[in-house]
Amino acid sequence: MKTYIDTGKKDTRSGFGAGLTELGKTNENVVALCADLTGSLKMDAFKANHPERFFQVGIAEANMMGMAAGLTIGGKIPFTGTFANFSTGRVYDQIRQSIAYSGKNVKICASHAGVTLGEDGATHQILEDLGLMKMLPGMTVINTCDYNQTKAATIAIADYDGPVYLRFGRPKVANFTPENGSFTIGKAVELQEGTDVTIIATGHLVWEALEACKTLQEKGISAGVINIHTIKPLDAAAILKSVAITGCVVTAEEHNYLGGLGESVSRILAENHPVPQEFVATQDTFGESGTPDQLMEKYGLNAAAIVKAATKVVARK
Amino acid sequence: MADITQLEAFVTQVRRDIVRQVHKVNSGHPGGSLGCAEFLVALYQHVLQRKEGFNMDGNQEDIFFLSNGHISPVFYSVLARSGYFPVEELNTFRLLNSRLQGHPTTHEGLPGIRIASGSLGQGISVAIGAAAAKKLNNDNHIVYALCGDGELQEGQNWEAIMYGSGNKVDNLIVAVDLNGQQIDGSTDTVLPLGDVKGKFEAFGWDVVTIEQGNDIQAILEGMESAKTKTGQGKPICVLLQTVMGNGVDFMMHTHAWHGKAPNDEQLASALAQNPETLGDY
Repeated sequence: MKTYIDTGKKDTRSGFGAGLTELGKTNENVVALCADLTGSLKMDAFKANHPERFFQVGIAEANMMGMAAGLTIGGKIPFTGTFANFSTGRVYDQIRQSIAYSGKNVKICASHAGVTLGEDGATHQILEDLGLMKMLPGMTVINTCDYNQTKAATIAIADYDGPVYLRFGRPKVANFTPENGSFTIGKAVELQEGTDVTIIATGHLVWEALEACKTLQEKGISAGVINIHTIKPLDAAAILKSVAITGCVVTAEEHNYLGGLGESVSRILAENHPVPQEFVATQDTFGESGTPDQLMEKYGLNAAAIVKAATKVVARK
Repeated sequence: MADITQLEAFVTQVRRDIVRQVHKVNSGHPGGSLGCAEFLVALYQHVLQRKEGFNMDGNQEDIFFLSNGHISPVFYSVLARSGYFPVEELNTFRLLNSRLQGHPTTHEGLPGIRIASGSLGQGISVAIGAAAAKKLNNDNHIVYALCGDGELQEGQNWEAIMYGSGNKVDNLIVAVDLNGQQIDGSTDTVLPLGDVKGKFEAFGWDVVTIEQGNDIQAILEGMESAKTKTGQGKPICVLLQTVMGNGVDFMMHTHAWHGKAPNDEQLASALAQNPETLGDY
């Protein structure tokens, strides 16, 4: 089993901010728009370095999405920044018509996704955004797992021509992927090889999956762990390669089980290699106020929940 | 100087194109299309500084966005007759596998279209973004947009209108087709727009009113006036007072023809009122 070291907890949104700061220096076509959450999205450095390329739109997300679409006409690469809820549900039709259907090169960058937004509660904790975005034809959907990977993804999507939804979060979490590592859109990362069960995780649940893997080994269960940073297009080959060995799957995500990563994996399995699957995800519910750790525990989104699901799915084989 | 007679003849042909497109597929929106025929002809044939051919980025040329995408029949006719795609393609309006979708889209690669529109209220935001890109590119050309008056009931417009003045987007001219009609009736009965001029002015825009929005000369003068106001720290709104269904007598002064196609006899009457000028497709 490979060992992964947490080099110090950091928030994924700061990875976005760092990536955007670097892009500001390396790509003059990159512009940024923010709807009154510059500090929360860690866009301050880009704003300070390139005030002419930073657009403060105020609390007006619909206008922000339309403006971003317009900025691409003239060759700009707009990065929009606000919370995940206001990046998706609030502006779905603007994204659908002006960005996705129009094929515009807009990067929708969404922080504070899921229950780990914490105390602000359910109004701000979107658990449906991955489903909303992956349903849009032509939309690439990315959910990164730590600071380093979020920074790498932010930089990588500037070189990809097409609409992208990049999802990250608020809390400080383990930072364990390589510093300045490469990021290939649509290419899953196999973190652990296993023979009994494949754990397919995205976002904050990837570190939890690695922790679960250790506990499972102590129980005599060999778990593979795949980091799915790109939910669409989904790396079917990587999933099927592991499942061919293990014969069962646990998917883990900070999202509703309806419409999330788990359902996308189910489709791949149903079409190619049907095997038992358990879903670590929220169960068609809204969130609530609490600390991120309390909420991950209450809604069954941590290493313990993954261990439980893995044990169950292995028994179902 | 523009040749008014020539532009009027152009408009007559565009009216024929509009009613023929809509009649053929028994669907589409002739009312608003006819009301904006003079404006779009004036825009594409005289006002816009356009380059030959079509490039999505529209660098170093004026560009236009249609926000009220349902008036696609007039947009398609004017684009085709301005050289963006073959006029014969108007035959494919709303048909399966056509580039001329019910509402305009970039998705099928139709030259002249830079954004999909149809779901209302999004065009001003897009135009502001494009205007911002022009400023970043040191491109001194102007971004134009057209939206309907009923469309102003969509809240996103007012986000955009507030942004436009707050950020001195002064390379932008937004025309509002003030025909006072929408699907369910007059704008006054559906949801009164109130003092549109006063609202734009209160939001910090310069407003130019074209009272005779179906008169080529009046449109050219109004747009020239609007153009002189660019570059002075404010976005410009052109209130274009038009008659829905203009040029086809039985379609005028009513919302009934907003989204209804003429039958064979009605088509014959509409065409008789607008004799062929540039040649039918």
